[in-house]
Amino acid sequence: MSVVTPMKYDEALAKYEPVLGIETHIELGTASKMFCGCATGFGAEPNTQVCPVCLGLPGALPVTNHAAIDGIIKIGLALNCRIVEWCRFARKNYFYPDMPKNFQISQYDEPLCVDGFLEVEVDGETYRVEIERVHMEEDTGKSLHVGGATGRIHGAVHSLVDYNRAGIPLVEIVTKPITATGEKAPLVARAYATELRELVRSLGVSDVRMEQGSMRCDVNVSLMPRGAAAWGTRTETKNVNSLRSVERSVRSEIERQAGVLSAGGTITQETRHFHEDTGTTTSGRSKEEAQDYRYFPEPDLVPMAPSREWVEELRATLPELPAARRRRVQAEWDLTDAELRDVVNAGALDCIEATIAAGADAGSARKWWLNELSRRATEQGVELADLPITPEQVARVQAMVVAGELNDKLARQVFEGVLAGEGGPDDVVAARGLKVVSDDGALAAIIDQVIADNAPVADKVRAGKTAAAGALVGAVMKATRGQADAGRARDLILQKLTTP
Amino acid sequence: MSELTGKGAGELAALMASGEASAAQVAQAHLDRIAAVDGEVGAFLHVDPETVLAQARAIDERRAAGEELGPLAGVPIAHKDVFTTTDMPTTAGSKILEGWRPPYDATVTARLRAAGLVILGKTNMDEFAMGSSTENSAYRTTRNPWDLSRIPGGSSGGSSAAVAAFEAPLATGTDTGGSIRQPAAVTGIVGMKPTYGGSSRYGLIAFASSLDTPGPFARNVLDAALLQEAFSGHDPMDSTSVDQPVPAVVEAARRADVAGMTVGVVKEFSGDGYQPGVAARFAETVALLESLGAKVVEVSCPNFTYALPAYYLIAPSECSSNLARFDAMRFGLRVGDDGARSAEEVMALTRAEGFGPEVKRRIMLGTYALSSGYYDAYYGKAQQVRTLITRDFDAAFEQVDVLISPTTPTTAFPIGERADDPMAMYLADLCTIPSNLAGNAAISVPCGLSDDGLPVGLQIMAPALADDRVYRAAAAVEGALEDRWGGPLLAQAPDLAGGAK
Amino acid sequence: MSAITRAEVAHLARLSRLALRDDELDHLAAQLDQIISAVARVQEVAAEDIPPTSHALPLTNVYRADEVRPSLAPEQALAGAPAAEEQRFRVPRILDEEA
Repeated sequence: MSVVTPMKYDEALAKYEPVLGIETHIELGTASKMFCGCATGFGAEPNTQVCPVCLGLPGALPVTNHAAIDGIIKIGLALNCRIVEWCRFARKNYFYPDMPKNFQISQYDEPLCVDGFLEVEVDGETYRVEIERVHMEEDTGKSLHVGGATGRIHGAVHSLVDYNRAGIPLVEIVTKPITATGEKAPLVARAYATELRELVRSLGVSDVRMEQGSMRCDVNVSLMPRGAAAWGTRTETKNVNSLRSVERSVRSEIERQAGVLSAGGTITQETRHFHEDTGTTTSGRSKEEAQDYRYFPEPDLVPMAPSREWVEELRATLPELPAARRRRVQAEWDLTDAELRDVVNAGALDCIEATIAAGADAGSARKWWLNELSRRATEQGVELADLPITPEQVARVQAMVVAGELNDKLARQVFEGVLAGEGGPDDVVAARGLKVVSDDGALAAIIDQVIADNAPVADKVRAGKTAAAGALVGAVMKATRGQADAGRARDLILQKLTTP
Repeated sequence: MSELTGKGAGELAALMASGEASAAQVAQAHLDRIAAVDGEVGAFLHVDPETVLAQARAIDERRAAGEELGPLAGVPIAHKDVFTTTDMPTTAGSKILEGWRPPYDATVTARLRAAGLVILGKTNMDEFAMGSSTENSAYRTTRNPWDLSRIPGGSSGGSSAAVAAFEAPLATGTDTGGSIRQPAAVTGIVGMKPTYGGSSRYGLIAFASSLDTPGPFARNVLDAALLQEAFSGHDPMDSTSVDQPVPAVVEAARRADVAGMTVGVVKEFSGDGYQPGVAARFAETVALLESLGAKVVEVSCPNFTYALPAYYLIAPSECSSNLARFDAMRFGLRVGDDGARSAEEVMALTRAEGFGPEVKRRIMLGTYALSSGYYDAYYGKAQQVRTLITRDFDAAFEQVDVLISPTTPTTAFPIGERADDPMAMYLADLCTIPSNLAGNAAISVPCGLSDDGLPVGLQIMAPALADDRVYRAAAAVEGALEDRWGGPLLAQAPDLAGGAK
Repeated sequence: MSAITRAEVAHLARLSRLALRDDELDHLAAQLDQIISAVARVQEVAAEDIPPTSHALPLTNVYRADEVRPSLAPEQALAGAPAAEEQRFRVPRILDEEA
């Protein structure tokens, strides 16, 4: 096979219109597995969360986890889907060592949720991504490939299988073809995955951690020449495991396909793998024979017929969804679009909102989380929400600032102490002796000394250049190691120098 | 055969309850009988006398301690090797599972233990319950105690032979297309297929999930009812299990009358292909039912003629998927793992060597019926036939209380006769399959000997969840016939080398 | 005309993961042909508006509560394994990721 050079992105988009399709698998965060009572914790010792059912031992039978069905219906409702009145599980038959029964319990032509949509925003423009279906299935085990290079499957001598993940509930969300996105296609794909993750996270049904595989995207891309009526042949890039990779894999696949097509080649309908290191996709092994999954209704499970009452009960439990919430906080906190984007991108919405709920004003809450605390989270390489400080503690610090007991500089020291595990804000203030010096007597003595040491500046102030007082205030702060109330110091200095 | 092995389950339970016999004595008597005759009968795949006696002694101790025990406590039972057991190997008659020790008990197994039954061992069967003669076992040939050159029926042929040969008073079986009723019929005992979902499939190694039904074998109707009651009832581990009280089958078996019942004779199950002796015994039983006060009418169920082809699409389709898990990865046989072959190759080699011809045939047939392009014409159509057969039953049960037919068109055929003629073998289940497709209750009770001196079975069918009705009618027929014969039909069976009856 | 070709039988064997010998394939091809011709009788049934039946009884909505139950001990889980290593099931090399 000849190697074709990918086409430059802008050139590719000038010639071709991309069509996307995204299939997303989300592991639900139920306590037990989809069809048995085994625990679902991530990172357990191998084969400690397995039983006859999820090992597919002879004679074992599945029983559906009610909470998983609640979870998928919530996702369906949040995606504006219709929840069908009757549907069945189906067996998807194919042999693979990490799939214990050599069939996956899934859904075929009768998905539980159909015909929804999700609106996503890219550069101020809204794209409506149509959802074809949301269906329920089970995850597979995990293989460790031994003997090959760096754990890869190729060249491995044998594999070691851990079935802890087998049978974890998996929701698959399939979009309809996403068209008319033009050069924004990679960004729309990323925005969709981002918005879907936020949506599912807000529902509390999954931790949607792409790096742990609890959310995984398969991205379909095809190109058609601009102005053409028929879509091109699509490829499916599997297991794209970060939001950034979703964007990059679409871009790279557009460039690759454009290169092939413009060189007169044809696109093979195939599975491709995305490589984080190179940012490109490579072909999966092409099958000798087309797969034939021989779907048929799962005889071991009875049909699901969610009553309308059940569906409405679940609808009533839906929280405020991310888009609506963003609209609300933007108005309530009086944010520009750019400010809102910063808050969202920093993952600070929950923290800020909780801090406001604990008594802080919106501006201060946003300031602390986006500046001081974001900086520290970045330093420590953790999510903002995972910092060892609570919104209540942030609100408490801000309350002390408002009361004049702390200034911003001292407040930062309090945060430092809390994050270092020295206790709550009050503990840190007490232990470190952080307190604004507001005793006028003590302050006056320091001010006298500062005026004496900075006679030329004092003279300027006396001459009416009150702005020069700032330098004197700074000197007072320095002398008190930041513990003076700067406002009070300024008042006292001006009083001393300008009052006749 | 000792005095104890000649007795039924109910009688043995009474002897033990009154202290006239201990469970250990009863177990020992049956172990002795197995040692004496199983060499020629070949009913068992696994018997471990120590385990058996330990179970029996535990029952005796509990009884001695004054514990209240169930109605079958201490009664020995032969357990079909399709149910998982933690203390015995479980093979489903297949080489691919040779020596497999399951880490869990089937629900039926657990309930037998809870009821205090003493499990004698695991019985031979057609591999994965696919067959009507037990010739498809990977391990041994089981012979019909009435004529050792003939088949004991199948797939539960080890269980039927064990009960008919007085090696056990009770046995478990599973019925997917007739695998309890047909072996019961050809060995002259009682075999019941409960309503689908009435007894749990958890731990029953699946053949065809939507059809498989565990059920009892016994030498009389009341014993069968006692056993069914012991292991039936809702099981939260089986999603298809019926969450309703078990019908009062024991009470119905005791009631034993058909007075005022309307009995329908299935018109389609007669004529060519039915052995004259079978047809004659069936006709006599119809007359007997009338004499007992039943009203007998002929009923047509036109779609029953499509039951056999529909079954041979549905059952293989499900089995092709159910048996996919036998792949040499997590349990069971592994062949050809030389360090160079891929998992895919090892799977294919293992399955080719580990499965017998009938299993491979059905896997291939099912794979065909489900594959794209054929699904609608085969599996889809078969599922529509299933609907039509259920409708035929519904219409019939609007007119009649129970339906009857011969259980199987012929008596036991010679071993080897149909072994490589699948189509001929499949005919053995002609009359039993409709009840599996519809999921309703059906029993086989002995109704005499054909001209060849071999047992003939009467099949009585009732609607789903009306198992009690089946028992009531079956017990009435049994009572009247035993009066006529002067004892059970099995009394007419020839002696086995193991000793006098 | 035969209902199924030998090539189709070979394809079915691959789909079913059965490494059948040529003579087995020949024998099975003939038998399957006979069986498929016979079961094709289901197509005689006029079934235009007949719904299919997948389950014997019309049960729906059977669920279990989301409660954790004890798993097998790893030794139990691996006891029947043809090969095990590092508390995992050891299997021959896997050709490629599927699905």
